[in-house]
Amino acid sequence: METFFFMIVAAVAVLASILVITCKNPINSALSLILTFFCLATLYVTLDAPFMAAIQVLVYAGAIMVLIVFVIMLLNVRTESGRRSSHSVLFGSLIGLFTLFQLFYLFNRSSLTGQKGTIDSALINKVGHTELIGKALYTDFLLPFEVTSILLLVAIIGAVVLTKKKI
Amino acid sequence: METIAIPAINFAPIMPEVILSIFAMVLLLVNVFVPSEHKAYLGYLSLVGLIVAGFTLIGGWGVPLSAFNDSVVRDNFSIFFKGIFLLTVGMSILISDQYFKREECNLGELYPLLLFATVGMMLMASGTDLMTIFLGLEVLSVSLYILAGFNRANVKSNEAGLKYFLLGAFSTGFLLYGMALTYGATGTTRVVKIAEYVSQNGVVAQNPMFVIGMLLMAVGFSFKIAAAPFHMWTPDVYEGAPTPMTAFMSAGPKAAGFAAFMRVAIIAFPSLKADWSDLLWILAVLTMTIGNLIALNQDNIKRMLAYSSIAHAGYALVGFTAGNAEGTAGILFYMLSYAFMNIGAFAIIVLVGKKGEANNNVMDYAGFGTKHPVLALAMAVFLFSLAGMPPTAGFIGKFYLFSGAIKAGYVWLAIIGVLNSAASVYYYLRVMVYMYMKDPVEEFDWMKLTPAVAICIIIAVVGVLLPGVVPAFLLNLAQQAVLL
Repeated sequence: METFFFMIVAAVAVLASILVITCKNPINSALSLILTFFCLATLYVTLDAPFMAAIQVLVYAGAIMVLIVFVIMLLNVRTESGRRSSHSVLFGSLIGLFTLFQLFYLFNRSSLTGQKGTIDSALINKVGHTELIGKALYTDFLLPFEVTSILLLVAIIGAVVLTKKKI
Repeated sequence: METIAIPAINFAPIMPEVILSIFAMVLLLVNVFVPSEHKAYLGYLSLVGLIVAGFTLIGGWGVPLSAFNDSVVRDNFSIFFKGIFLLTVGMSILISDQYFKREECNLGELYPLLLFATVGMMLMASGTDLMTIFLGLEVLSVSLYILAGFNRANVKSNEAGLKYFLLGAFSTGFLLYGMALTYGATGTTRVVKIAEYVSQNGVVAQNPMFVIGMLLMAVGFSFKIAAAPFHMWTPDVYEGAPTPMTAFMSAGPKAAGFAAFMRVAIIAFPSLKADWSDLLWILAVLTMTIGNLIALNQDNIKRMLAYSSIAHAGYALVGFTAGNAEGTAGILFYMLSYAFMNIGAFAIIVLVGKKGEANNNVMDYAGFGTKHPVLALAMAVFLFSLAGMPPTAGFIGKFYLFSGAIKAGYVWLAIIGVLNSAASVYYYLRVMVYMYMKDPVEEFDWMKLTPAVAICIIIAVVGVLLPGVVPAFLLNLAQQAVLL
């Protein structure tokens, strides 16, 4: 049952992401991107990572997509006209095929599970996913967590410096 | 309700980062009340911050200390690099005010951004957790994207910022994917624990997931140090970015990239040394050769120095390939002396340049030698050092890098390096030929040499010549600072 469910969601995710790059109308692309994000969120739920799923919906499918659609509206991006140069299509597909080949090689050769940590589904169900992430953020990853705030501050300064008409 | 026990926090290893962050935030607030013509004072204030941060560095020499659950460390290696960063930023700040006043883009946000970039670089050098290194790199990169596009009225600067942002975001993806795969294979992001895991479970080295993780990380770091074939962004960004920022970008972030790359490669993957040495060998040869060959026919001096900086990353990679004490100490020494000579050369470019990024061609230096003999002499010293001629720091640095490679058995690599170095003399000397042997096409304008720029040039000349004549002190420091 779970495998069947995964197959459907994964297939929709792949299809939607192909639509993102093939649609000529940017709004259609954006909507397909939302669909991809929702499928990913569903996959997180099946992986016992409900917090990730919620964040995926809130941040990506919610906030970031609203931004993207707003930008498309404000800039009045029109449907893409004309063909892409055949050179870049050829080069891009070669690289894509090569990467695909590499991935298949990876799937065949490696132990994909790698090294398991101490946190498994049982612990997540007992303590709760959000609590575990919060604990990791404030103990093991305290410094990276704090540095993130500096990163965001820098990004805010950048947005003001680069775009404000008169400073 | 379980309470989270927050571990004991020791700020000592990241004291310079904390001080610089505080200074940057204070500057951001003060900036609002400083009128546009007095923004230079913000620069002086940030210099004070750099000096204070520098003093907190000194006490830590030889006393290794790690904090935040091993996610950051203070060791000689990180202190040496932090010293390089402070110097780079300080010298760039000294030449910034005159340039940005001329370009009528005198925004006070410049200085907080530079300080935040320094915080990012320092975290890259001292981070012992892949997450810390990654976030340091991001803080640095985001600041750099903004600084590259800082001259908002200039189309080329906009192009530089956008190009750097797009390609940089792309390369960040590689780096992060590599880190994720490594984490998946080893179950930890702590650099030391990765090494432990690899030495206990030798099989993991055959796991393609792990190997691809290592390769993708190498791609991400190679982008940061502008190694071929990941150098495509460099010429456009270095040419378009405001000149003082180009000076900063070519010296500081490159050193930071090397610091993080070296820590990950030497500490996390020591048992795979043969593998990454093979990889670095190819990178080094490509980087040196491509950088030097394309630099040969560049007319724009900023673009020429961009290709030259690619070539210099290649020389440093020679020492990295060797992977022994001489080679790695050579990298530390070379990064420091490269900061002096390159920022010195860019200081002269700031002086010769005119409003709107004009007067930046090699031909514009015709007659510079007779009109401004002292400045021309300084430029000649920097160019000699870049070309690697004695008695300059550039010569000593290259000497140690290449002798490290020979000791490690990479004789051919050293020979390719020396040949490349010989080829590079052509384009450095070309500038000198114009300076001393050609008549000026048009009269040189009266150049305004502010005390700040003069101080920067003096520091650079001393920094190039002193280690060139008596290298023992700095080499000693570099040898104490190696990770091995």
